[in-house]
Amino acid sequence: MADRRIVMHFPPTMIDEPIISGLVKTYDLGFNILRASITPQQEGVMVLVLEGTEDALDAALRDAQEKGVRIEPLEMEIVRDEDKCTECGACVNICPTEALAIDLQTRHVTFDPDKCIACELCVPVCPPRAMQIAL
Amino acid sequence: MPKTYADINAKIQAGKAVVVTAEEMIGIVEEDGAAKAAERVDVVTTGTFAPMCSSGAMLNTGHTTPRMRFTKVWLNEVPAYAGLAAVDFYIGATELPENDPRNRNHPGLFSYGGAHVIEDLIAGRDVRMVAEAYPTDCYPRQDLETLINIGDLNQAYLLNPRNAYQNYGVAVNLNEDRDIYTYMGVVQADLGSASFCSAGQLSPMLNDPYYRTIGIGTRLYLGGGVGYVYFQGTQHNPTEARAENGVPMGGAGTIGVVGDMNQMRSDLVVGVSMYGYGVSLALGLGIPIPILDEDMARYTAVKDEDIVAPVLDYSREYPYREGGPLGHVSYAQLKSGHIEVRGRKVPTTPLSSYVRAQAIAEELKEWIQAGEFLLSQPAELLPSADSGQGFKSLNERPFNNGGVV
Repeated sequence: MADRRIVMHFPPTMIDEPIISGLVKTYDLGFNILRASITPQQEGVMVLVLEGTEDALDAALRDAQEKGVRIEPLEMEIVRDEDKCTECGACVNICPTEALAIDLQTRHVTFDPDKCIACELCVPVCPPRAMQIAL
Repeated sequence: MPKTYADINAKIQAGKAVVVTAEEMIGIVEEDGAAKAAERVDVVTTGTFAPMCSSGAMLNTGHTTPRMRFTKVWLNEVPAYAGLAAVDFYIGATELPENDPRNRNHPGLFSYGGAHVIEDLIAGRDVRMVAEAYPTDCYPRQDLETLINIGDLNQAYLLNPRNAYQNYGVAVNLNEDRDIYTYMGVVQADLGSASFCSAGQLSPMLNDPYYRTIGIGTRLYLGGGVGYVYFQGTQHNPTEARAENGVPMGGAGTIGVVGDMNQMRSDLVVGVSMYGYGVSLALGLGIPIPILDEDMARYTAVKDEDIVAPVLDYSREYPYREGGPLGHVSYAQLKSGHIEVRGRKVPTTPLSSYVRAQAIAEELKEWIQAGEFLLSQPAELLPSADSGQGFKSLNERPFNNGGVV
Protein backbone atom coordinates (compact mmCIF):
# COMPACT_ATOMS: atom_id res chain seq x y z
CA MET A 1 0.00 0.00 0.00
CA ALA A 2 1.13 3.52 -0.78
CA ASP A 3 -0.20 6.95 -0.12
CA ARG A 4 -0.22 10.18 -2.13
CA ARG A 5 -0.69 13.66 -0.74
CA ILE A 6 -2.35 15.65 -3.49
CA VAL A 7 -4.24 18.84 -4.27
CA MET A 8 -7.30 18.36 -6.56
CA HIS A 9 -8.75 21.32 -8.41
CA PHE A 10 -12.34 20.85 -9.60
CA PRO A 11 -13.70 23.15 -12.33
CA PRO A 12 -17.03 24.88 -11.44
CA THR A 13 -18.97 22.51 -13.72
CA MET A 14 -17.84 19.48 -11.75
CA ILE A 15 -18.27 20.43 -8.16
CA ASP A 16 -21.54 18.59 -7.69
CA GLU A 17 -20.24 15.33 -9.15
CA PRO A 18 -19.30 12.61 -6.65
CA ILE A 19 -15.75 12.22 -7.99
CA ILE A 20 -14.05 11.13 -4.80
CA SER A 21 -16.57 8.49 -3.81
CA GLY A 22 -16.45 7.13 -7.36
CA LEU A 23 -12.67 6.79 -7.26
CA VAL A 24 -12.71 5.25 -3.81
CA LYS A 25 -15.20 2.56 -4.86
CA THR A 26 -13.71 1.82 -8.28
CA TYR A 27 -10.09 1.62 -7.19
CA ASP A 28 -10.52 0.42 -3.61
CA LEU A 29 -8.80 3.45 -2.09
CA GLY A 30 -8.70 4.88 1.38
CA PHE A 31 -8.80 8.66 1.76
CA ASN A 32 -8.34 11.40 4.28
CA ILE A 33 -9.44 14.91 3.38
CA LEU A 34 -7.08 17.47 4.88
CA ARG A 35 -8.77 20.55 3.56
CA ALA A 36 -11.65 21.28 1.20
CA SER A 37 -12.90 24.55 -0.17
CA ILE A 38 -15.78 24.30 -2.60
CA THR A 39 -17.99 27.27 -3.31
CA PRO A 40 -20.72 27.46 -5.99
CA GLN A 41 -19.65 28.95 -9.34
CA GLN A 42 -15.99 28.72 -8.41
CA GLU A 43 -13.22 26.20 -8.60
CA GLY A 44 -13.23 23.65 -5.81
CA VAL A 45 -9.98 22.75 -4.11
CA MET A 46 -9.40 19.66 -2.03
CA VAL A 47 -6.23 18.61 -0.26
CA LEU A 48 -6.22 14.94 0.56
CA VAL A 49 -4.26 11.80 1.15
CA LEU A 50 -5.24 8.80 -1.00
CA GLU A 51 -4.18 5.30 0.02
CA GLY A 52 -4.09 2.22 -2.19
CA THR A 53 -1.77 0.14 -4.33
CA GLU A 54 0.58 2.03 -6.63
CA ASP A 55 -1.28 0.74 -9.70
CA ALA A 56 -4.67 1.69 -8.31
CA LEU A 57 -3.47 5.16 -7.36
CA ASP A 58 -1.98 5.75 -10.82
CA ALA A 59 -5.17 4.58 -12.48
CA ALA A 60 -7.43 6.59 -10.17
CA LEU A 61 -5.52 9.83 -10.71
CA ARG A 62 -5.47 9.27 -14.49
CA ASP A 63 -9.22 8.66 -14.39
CA ALA A 64 -9.84 11.86 -12.40
CA GLN A 65 -7.66 13.90 -14.75
CA GLU A 66 -9.58 12.56 -17.75
CA LYS A 67 -12.78 13.75 -16.09
CA GLY A 68 -11.32 17.26 -15.90
CA VAL A 69 -9.83 17.41 -12.41
CA ARG A 70 -6.44 19.11 -12.23
CA ILE A 71 -4.13 17.29 -9.83
CA GLU A 72 -0.93 18.50 -8.22
CA PRO A 73 1.21 16.78 -5.65
CA LEU A 74 1.13 18.46 -2.23
CA GLU A 75 4.70 19.59 -1.97
CA MET A 76 4.16 22.61 0.15
CA GLU A 77 4.83 22.55 3.83
CA ILE A 78 4.72 25.07 6.62
CA VAL A 79 7.87 25.71 8.58
CA ARG A 80 8.44 27.80 11.67
CA ASP A 81 11.35 30.21 11.68
CA GLU A 82 12.52 29.61 15.22
CA ASP A 83 14.51 32.85 15.28
CA LYS A 84 11.41 34.87 14.47
CA CYS A 85 8.86 33.09 16.65
CA THR A 86 8.29 34.94 19.92
CA GLU A 87 6.07 32.18 21.36
CA CYS A 88 3.15 34.53 21.93
CA GLY A 89 0.42 32.05 20.99
CA ALA A 90 -1.56 34.18 18.52
CA CYS A 91 -1.53 31.24 16.07
CA VAL A 92 -2.86 28.56 18.36
CA ASN A 93 -6.63 28.93 17.99
CA ILE A 94 -6.53 29.41 14.26
CA CYS A 95 -4.80 26.04 13.75
CA PRO A 96 -7.47 23.42 12.92
CA THR A 97 -5.34 20.37 13.75
CA GLU A 98 -3.59 21.48 16.96
CA ALA A 99 -0.24 21.31 15.20
CA LEU A 100 0.32 24.61 16.99
CA ALA A 101 -0.33 24.41 20.70
CA ILE A 102 0.62 25.95 24.02
CA ASP A 103 2.10 23.81 26.73
CA LEU A 104 -0.04 24.98 29.64
CA GLN A 105 2.68 24.19 32.16
CA THR A 106 5.72 25.80 30.51
CA ARG A 107 3.81 28.31 28.31
CA HIS A 108 6.01 27.31 25.37
CA VAL A 109 4.28 27.40 21.98
CA THR A 110 4.95 24.15 20.16
CA PHE A 111 4.73 23.27 16.47
CA ASP A 112 4.30 19.66 15.38
CA PRO A 113 4.91 19.45 11.61
CA ASP A 114 3.44 15.92 11.51
CA LYS A 115 0.03 17.30 12.49
CA CYS A 116 0.25 20.22 10.04
CA ILE A 117 -1.94 19.98 6.95
CA ALA A 118 -0.43 23.08 5.34
CA CYS A 119 -3.74 24.96 5.39
CA GLU A 120 -1.71 28.19 5.74
CA LEU A 121 -4.15 29.82 8.16
CA CYS A 122 -1.34 30.54 10.63
CA VAL A 123 0.85 32.30 8.06
CA PRO A 124 -0.79 35.75 8.00
CA VAL A 125 -2.01 35.47 11.59
CA CYS A 126 1.50 35.16 13.06
CA PRO A 127 2.50 38.69 14.18
CA PRO A 128 6.27 38.31 13.55
CA ARG A 129 5.50 36.16 10.47
CA ALA A 130 7.48 33.22 11.74
CA MET A 131 5.17 30.68 10.04
CA GLN A 132 6.30 30.39 6.44
CA ILE A 133 5.41 28.43 3.35
CA ALA A 134 8.24 26.25 2.09
CA LEU A 135 7.92 24.75 -1.38
CA MET B 1 12.01 47.86 59.30
CA PRO B 2 11.40 49.65 56.02
CA LYS B 3 14.33 49.70 53.60
CA THR B 4 15.51 52.63 51.50
CA TYR B 5 16.73 52.67 47.92
CA ALA B 6 20.19 53.42 49.31
CA ASP B 7 20.07 50.33 51.58
CA ILE B 8 19.09 48.13 48.67
CA ASN B 9 21.67 49.59 46.29
CA ALA B 10 24.41 49.15 48.89
CA LYS B 11 23.47 45.47 49.12
CA ILE B 12 23.44 45.16 45.32
CA GLN B 13 26.91 46.70 45.11
CA ALA B 14 28.15 44.38 47.83
CA GLY B 15 26.74 41.42 45.91
CA LYS B 16 24.46 40.64 48.87
CA ALA B 17 21.06 41.67 47.57
CA VAL B 18 18.37 39.01 47.49
CA VAL B 19 16.69 39.30 44.09
CA VAL B 20 13.82 37.09 42.96
CA THR B 21 11.36 37.18 40.07
CA ALA B 22 7.70 38.05 40.61
CA GLU B 23 6.89 34.38 40.01
CA GLU B 24 9.30 33.25 42.71
CA MET B 25 7.98 35.89 45.12
CA ILE B 26 4.53 34.27 45.09
CA GLY B 27 5.84 31.10 46.76
CA ILE B 28 8.09 33.02 49.17
CA VAL B 29 5.24 35.15 50.52
CA GLU B 30 2.90 32.15 50.67
CA GLU B 31 5.46 30.24 52.71
CA ASP B 32 6.97 32.91 54.96
CA GLY B 33 4.32 35.62 55.01
CA ALA B 34 4.74 39.17 53.74
CA ALA B 35 6.58 40.51 56.82
CA LYS B 36 9.37 37.92 56.71
CA ALA B 37 9.54 38.08 52.92
CA ALA B 38 10.00 41.86 53.10
CA GLU B 39 12.98 41.42 55.40
CA ARG B 40 14.56 38.73 53.28
CA VAL B 41 13.91 39.92 49.71
CA ASP B 42 15.33 43.20 48.42
CA VAL B 43 14.20 43.31 44.80
CA VAL B 44 11.49 41.59 42.76
CA THR B 45 11.98 41.58 38.99
CA THR B 46 9.10 41.65 36.52
CA GLY B 47 8.84 41.27 32.76
CA THR B 48 6.53 41.51 29.82
CA PHE B 49 6.87 40.97 26.08
CA ALA B 50 3.98 42.09 23.91
CA PRO B 51 2.93 44.41 21.09
CA MET B 52 3.06 48.01 22.32
CA CYS B 53 1.77 50.22 19.51
CA SER B 54 2.58 53.56 21.12
CA SER B 55 6.31 53.24 20.53
CA GLY B 56 8.80 54.86 18.23
CA ALA B 57 12.40 55.87 17.66
CA MET B 58 14.05 59.27 17.86
CA LEU B 59 16.95 59.48 15.45
CA ASN B 60 19.63 62.01 14.56
CA THR B 61 21.80 61.37 11.49
CA GLY B 62 24.31 64.19 11.88
CA HIS B 63 24.51 66.96 9.30
CA THR B 64 24.84 66.60 5.56
CA THR B 65 27.20 68.61 3.37
CA PRO B 66 25.87 71.09 2.36
CA ARG B 67 23.50 71.36 5.31
CA MET B 68 19.84 70.40 5.04
CA ARG B 69 16.80 70.82 7.30
CA PHE B 70 14.77 67.69 6.66
CA THR B 71 11.10 68.46 6.10
CA LYS B 72 10.12 64.98 4.95
CA VAL B 73 11.92 61.73 5.71
CA TRP B 74 11.28 58.15 4.65
CA LEU B 75 13.07 55.08 6.03
CA ASN B 76 12.66 52.01 3.82
CA GLU B 77 9.72 53.95 2.34
CA VAL B 78 8.06 54.39 5.75
CA PRO B 79 7.44 58.08 6.53
CA ALA B 80 9.11 59.55 9.61
CA TYR B 81 8.14 62.79 11.32
CA ALA B 82 10.66 65.56 10.65
CA GLY B 83 8.93 68.62 12.08
CA LEU B 84 11.85 69.14 14.46
CA ALA B 85 15.29 70.68 14.20
CA ALA B 86 17.42 70.03 11.15
CA VAL B 87 18.40 66.37 11.24
CA ASP B 88 16.18 65.07 14.05
CA PHE B 89 13.30 62.81 13.11
CA TYR B 90 10.96 60.36 14.78
CA ILE B 91 9.63 57.15 13.32
CA GLY B 92 6.47 55.75 14.86
CA ALA B 93 5.97 51.99 15.22
CA THR B 94 2.61 51.86 13.44
CA GLU B 95 3.55 54.01 10.43
CA LEU B 96 3.08 52.34 7.03
CA PRO B 97 4.70 52.93 3.65
CA GLU B 98 2.55 55.33 1.63
CA ASN B 99 1.99 52.69 -1.05
CA ASP B 100 0.90 49.96 1.40
CA PRO B 101 -2.57 48.77 0.31
CA ARG B 102 -3.83 48.96 3.92
CA ASN B 103 -7.16 47.16 4.14
CA ARG B 104 -8.19 47.79 0.54
CA ASN B 105 -7.99 44.05 0.00
CA HIS B 106 -9.32 43.06 3.40
CA PRO B 107 -7.75 41.68 5.52
CA GLY B 108 -4.53 43.53 4.75
CA LEU B 109 -1.19 41.89 5.48
CA PHE B 110 0.73 44.92 6.81
CA SER B 111 4.03 43.20 6.21
CA TYR B 112 6.30 46.17 6.87
CA GLY B 113 6.10 49.42 8.79
CA GLY B 114 7.81 51.69 11.28
CA ALA B 115 8.28 48.92 13.84
CA HIS B 116 10.12 46.84 11.26
CA VAL B 117 12.39 49.81 10.49
CA ILE B 118 13.18 50.02 14.21
CA GLU B 119 13.90 46.29 14.34
CA ASP B 120 16.14 46.57 11.24
CA LEU B 121 18.12 49.43 12.81
CA ILE B 122 18.59 47.51 16.07
CA ALA B 123 19.66 44.42 14.13
CA GLY B 124 22.40 46.57 12.58
CA ARG B 125 20.93 46.33 9.09
CA ASP B 126 21.33 49.22 6.67
CA VAL B 127 18.16 51.23 6.08
CA ARG B 128 17.39 53.30 2.95
CA MET B 129 16.80 56.92 3.87
CA VAL B 130 15.22 59.48 1.56
CA ALA B 131 14.73 63.09 2.65
CA GLU B 132 13.33 66.28 1.13
CA ALA B 133 13.65 69.88 2.19
CA TYR B 134 13.04 73.42 1.05
CA PRO B 135 16.20 75.50 0.78
CA THR B 136 17.14 78.27 3.18
CA ASP B 137 20.29 80.37 3.43
CA CYS B 138 21.53 78.24 6.30
CA TYR B 139 20.19 74.91 5.01
CA PRO B 140 20.48 75.01 1.20
CA ARG B 141 20.27 71.30 0.37
CA GLN B 142 16.94 69.92 -0.92
CA ASP B 143 17.36 66.19 -1.53
CA LEU B 144 19.04 63.23 0.09
CA GLU B 145 19.21 59.51 -0.66
CA THR B 146 21.52 57.43 1.50
CA LEU B 147 21.88 54.22 3.44
CA ILE B 148 22.01 54.70 7.18
CA ASN B 149 23.07 52.34 9.93
CA ILE B 150 22.53 52.62 13.67
CA GLY B 151 26.29 52.68 14.18
CA ASP B 152 26.56 55.90 12.15
CA LEU B 153 23.83 57.83 13.95
CA ASN B 154 24.44 60.38 16.70
CA GLN B 155 21.43 59.24 18.69
CA ALA B 156 19.01 56.39 18.25
CA TYR B 157 16.67 55.90 21.16
CA LEU B 158 13.25 54.42 21.68
CA LEU B 159 10.87 57.06 22.95
CA ASN B 160 7.61 55.31 23.69
CA PRO B 161 4.69 57.38 24.95
CA ARG B 162 2.66 54.44 26.24
CA ASN B 163 4.08 51.09 27.29
CA ALA B 164 3.57 48.38 29.88
CA TYR B 165 -0.19 48.84 30.25
CA GLN B 166 -1.26 47.85 33.73
CA ASN B 167 -3.82 45.19 32.83
CA TYR B 168 -5.88 45.13 29.64
CA GLY B 169 -9.24 44.04 28.27
CA VAL B 170 -9.93 40.59 26.82
CA ALA B 171 -11.27 40.73 23.25
CA VAL B 172 -14.11 38.50 22.08
CA ASN B 173 -16.33 38.61 19.01
CA LEU B 174 -20.10 38.35 19.39
CA ASN B 175 -20.69 38.65 15.66
CA GLU B 176 -22.04 35.24 14.69
CA ASP B 177 -20.80 35.26 11.10
CA ARG B 178 -17.58 37.15 10.75
CA ASP B 179 -14.07 36.86 12.19
CA ILE B 180 -12.75 40.28 13.13
CA TYR B 181 -9.23 41.59 12.57
CA THR B 182 -8.06 43.77 15.44
CA TYR B 183 -4.98 44.95 17.28
CA MET B 184 -5.80 42.00 19.53
CA GLY B 185 -5.23 39.67 16.56
CA VAL B 186 -7.88 37.69 14.72
CA VAL B 187 -10.85 37.20 17.04
CA GLN B 188 -13.01 34.36 15.79
CA ALA B 189 -16.72 34.75 15.14
CA ASP B 190 -19.46 33.78 17.56
CA LEU B 191 -17.29 33.65 20.69
CA GLY B 192 -14.79 31.50 18.77
CA SER B 193 -11.79 32.88 20.64
CA ALA B 194 -10.75 35.38 23.33
CA SER B 195 -7.54 37.39 22.95
CA PHE B 196 -5.63 38.64 25.96
CA CYS B 197 -2.42 40.58 26.25
CA SER B 198 -0.74 40.78 29.64
CA ALA B 199 1.92 38.79 31.44
CA GLY B 200 -0.43 38.79 34.46
CA GLN B 201 1.49 37.96 37.62
CA LEU B 202 4.84 38.84 35.96
CA SER B 203 3.62 42.11 34.44
CA PRO B 204 5.55 45.13 35.80
CA MET B 205 2.76 47.47 36.85
CA LEU B 206 0.53 44.72 38.22
CA ASN B 207 3.26 44.11 40.81
CA ASP B 208 3.19 47.70 42.05
CA PRO B 209 -0.51 48.47 41.68
CA TYR B 210 -0.38 51.95 43.26
CA TYR B 211 2.98 52.94 41.66
CA ARG B 212 4.66 53.33 45.03
CA THR B 213 8.06 52.72 43.41
CA ILE B 214 7.49 53.52 39.73
CA GLY B 215 7.85 57.09 38.51
CA ILE B 216 9.95 59.54 36.57
CA GLY B 217 13.50 58.24 36.40
CA THR B 218 12.78 54.61 37.24
CA ARG B 219 15.58 52.59 35.64
CA LEU B 220 14.25 49.56 33.81
CA TYR B 221 14.96 46.82 31.30
CA LEU B 222 14.01 47.85 27.79
CA GLY B 223 14.48 45.67 24.72
CA GLY B 224 17.59 44.02 26.15
CA GLY B 225 19.18 47.29 27.28
CA VAL B 226 18.71 49.84 30.03
CA GLY B 227 15.89 52.36 29.83
CA TYR B 228 14.04 54.82 32.00
CA VAL B 229 10.53 56.02 32.73
CA TYR B 230 10.41 59.60 31.46
CA PHE B 231 6.83 60.47 32.43
CA GLN B 232 3.42 58.94 33.01
CA GLY B 233 2.31 57.21 29.83
CA THR B 234 -0.46 58.60 27.67
CA GLN B 235 -3.90 57.49 28.87
CA HIS B 236 -2.45 56.78 32.33
CA ASN B 237 -5.61 56.14 34.30
CA PRO B 238 -4.93 55.43 37.96
CA THR B 239 -8.60 55.77 38.95
CA GLU B 240 -9.71 52.66 37.07
CA ALA B 241 -11.83 50.41 39.33
CA ARG B 242 -9.68 48.23 41.58
CA ALA B 243 -10.20 44.87 43.25
CA GLU B 244 -9.75 44.48 47.01
CA ASN B 245 -6.06 43.71 46.55
CA GLY B 246 -5.60 47.10 44.87
CA VAL B 247 -5.09 45.63 41.41
CA PRO B 248 -6.95 47.51 38.65
CA MET B 249 -9.70 45.49 36.97
CA GLY B 250 -8.95 46.86 33.51
CA GLY B 251 -6.43 48.97 31.61
CA ALA B 252 -5.10 51.55 34.11
CA GLY B 253 -1.54 52.82 34.60
CA THR B 254 0.91 53.32 31.75
CA ILE B 255 4.47 54.61 31.46
CA GLY B 256 6.38 56.61 28.89
CA VAL B 257 9.82 55.05 28.48
CA VAL B 258 13.08 55.89 26.78
CA GLY B 259 16.19 53.82 26.09
CA ASP B 260 19.28 53.67 23.89
CA MET B 261 18.63 51.43 20.88
CA ASN B 262 22.35 50.68 20.60
CA GLN B 263 22.04 48.47 23.69
CA MET B 264 18.97 46.65 22.44
CA ARG B 265 18.47 43.28 20.75
CA SER B 266 16.34 42.61 17.70
CA ASP B 267 14.76 39.54 19.32
CA LEU B 268 13.30 41.79 22.02
CA VAL B 269 12.28 44.69 19.77
CA VAL B 270 10.32 43.02 17.00
CA GLY B 271 8.22 44.49 14.20
CA VAL B 272 4.91 42.65 14.09
CA SER B 273 2.08 42.56 11.54
CA MET B 274 -1.43 42.34 12.90
CA TYR B 275 -3.47 40.79 10.08
CA GLY B 276 -6.20 43.15 8.88
CA TYR B 277 -5.16 45.78 11.42
CA GLY B 278 -1.68 47.20 10.97
CA VAL B 279 1.87 47.20 12.26
CA SER B 280 2.99 47.21 15.88
CA LEU B 281 6.16 46.78 17.90
CA ALA B 282 6.52 43.77 20.18
CA LEU B 283 8.76 44.87 22.98
CA GLY B 284 10.40 43.34 26.02
CA LEU B 285 10.25 45.43 29.18
CA GLY B 286 10.99 44.66 32.82
CA ILE B 287 10.91 46.76 35.98
CA PRO B 288 12.76 45.93 39.20
CA ILE B 289 10.61 46.59 42.23
CA PRO B 290 12.33 47.45 45.51
CA ILE B 291 10.81 45.65 48.48
CA LEU B 292 10.77 48.69 50.71
CA ASP B 293 8.29 47.25 53.19
CA GLU B 294 5.73 44.56 53.89
CA ASP B 295 3.14 46.13 51.55
CA MET B 296 5.54 45.89 48.60
CA ALA B 297 6.16 42.22 49.46
CA ARG B 298 2.42 41.62 49.42
CA TYR B 299 1.91 43.52 46.15
CA THR B 300 4.69 41.67 44.35
CA ALA B 301 3.25 38.32 45.43
CA VAL B 302 0.14 38.92 43.35
CA LYS B 303 -0.80 35.85 41.33
CA ASP B 304 -2.81 35.16 38.21
CA GLU B 305 -5.89 34.06 40.18
CA ASP B 306 -6.02 37.47 41.84
CA ILE B 307 -5.84 39.60 38.68
CA VAL B 308 -9.02 40.00 36.67
CA ALA B 309 -9.60 41.56 33.27
CA PRO B 310 -12.85 42.69 31.61
CA VAL B 311 -14.18 40.71 28.65
CA LEU B 312 -15.10 43.10 25.84
CA ASP B 313 -16.95 42.53 22.58
CA TYR B 314 -14.69 43.89 19.84
CA SER B 315 -17.32 43.40 17.13
CA ARG B 316 -19.62 46.07 18.55
CA GLU B 317 -19.12 47.19 22.15
CA TYR B 318 -15.50 48.27 21.85
CA PRO B 319 -15.50 50.02 18.46
CA TYR B 320 -18.85 51.78 18.92
CA ARG B 321 -18.58 52.19 22.69
CA GLU B 322 -21.91 50.51 23.32
CA GLY B 323 -22.67 48.57 26.46
CA GLY B 324 -20.13 47.35 28.96
CA PRO B 325 -17.97 44.34 29.72
CA LEU B 326 -19.50 40.88 29.33
CA GLY B 327 -17.90 39.95 32.65
CA HIS B 328 -14.48 39.58 34.25
CA VAL B 329 -12.09 36.65 34.12
CA SER B 330 -8.82 35.99 35.92
CA TYR B 331 -5.44 35.47 34.27
CA ALA B 332 -5.41 31.99 35.76
CA GLN B 333 -8.55 31.26 33.75
CA LEU B 334 -7.14 32.95 30.65
CA LYS B 335 -3.95 30.89 30.90
CA SER B 336 -5.88 27.63 31.38
CA GLY B 337 -6.70 27.78 27.67
CA HIS B 338 -10.42 28.51 28.02
CA ILE B 339 -12.69 31.03 29.67
CA GLU B 340 -16.44 31.00 30.04
CA VAL B 341 -18.46 33.78 28.42
CA ARG B 342 -22.25 33.76 28.38
CA GLY B 343 -22.18 30.14 29.47
CA ARG B 344 -19.96 29.11 26.55
CA LYS B 345 -16.45 27.72 26.65
CA VAL B 346 -14.21 30.09 24.66
CA PRO B 347 -10.59 29.19 23.79
CA THR B 348 -8.07 31.89 24.70
CA THR B 349 -5.45 33.44 22.41
CA PRO B 350 -2.47 35.07 24.12
CA LEU B 351 -0.67 37.91 22.35
CA SER B 352 1.84 38.42 25.12
CA SER B 353 4.69 35.90 25.25
CA TYR B 354 4.91 34.54 28.76
CA VAL B 355 8.15 32.65 28.11
CA ARG B 356 9.79 35.88 26.95
CA ALA B 357 8.41 37.70 30.01
CA GLN B 358 9.98 35.03 32.22
CA ALA B 359 13.31 35.34 30.39
CA ILE B 360 13.29 39.13 30.84
CA ALA B 361 12.53 38.93 34.58
CA GLU B 362 15.28 36.33 34.89
CA GLU B 363 17.85 38.38 32.93
CA LEU B 364 17.09 41.52 34.93
CA LYS B 365 17.51 39.48 38.12
CA GLU B 366 20.94 38.34 36.91
CA TRP B 367 21.99 41.92 36.10
CA ILE B 368 21.08 43.06 39.59
CA GLN B 369 22.70 40.05 41.26
CA ALA B 370 25.87 40.78 39.30
CA GLY B 371 25.84 44.36 40.60
CA GLU B 372 25.49 45.76 37.08
CA PHE B 373 22.10 47.36 37.54
CA LEU B 374 21.17 49.67 40.43
CA LEU B 375 17.69 50.79 41.35
CA SER B 376 16.80 54.45 40.94
CA GLN B 377 14.50 56.33 43.25
CA PRO B 378 11.95 58.18 41.12
CA ALA B 379 12.25 61.96 40.98
CA GLU B 380 8.48 61.97 41.14
CA LEU B 381 6.01 59.10 41.42
CA LEU B 382 3.23 58.55 38.89
CA PRO B 383 -0.20 59.91 39.79
CA SER B 384 -1.92 57.15 41.77
CA ALA B 385 -5.46 56.14 42.71
CA ASP B 386 -5.87 59.15 45.00
CA SER B 387 -4.89 61.68 42.31
CA GLY B 388 -8.36 62.02 40.85
CA GLN B 389 -6.82 61.71 37.38
CA GLY B 390 -9.19 59.86 35.08
CA PHE B 391 -9.37 58.93 31.42
CA LYS B 392 -11.20 61.49 29.31
CA SER B 393 -12.95 60.87 26.03
CA LEU B 394 -12.83 63.46 23.30
CA ASN B 395 -15.61 65.97 23.65
CA GLU B 396 -16.19 66.83 19.98
CA ARG B 397 -17.14 70.44 19.34
CA PRO B 398 -18.12 71.02 15.70
CA PHE B 399 -16.90 74.25 14.08
CA ASN B 400 -19.49 76.96 13.77
CA ASN B 401 -19.49 79.66 11.09
CA GLY B 402 -17.61 77.46 8.63
CA GLY B 403 -14.71 77.09 10.99
CA VAL B 404 -14.24 80.75 11.86
CA VAL B 405 -13.69 80.81 15.58
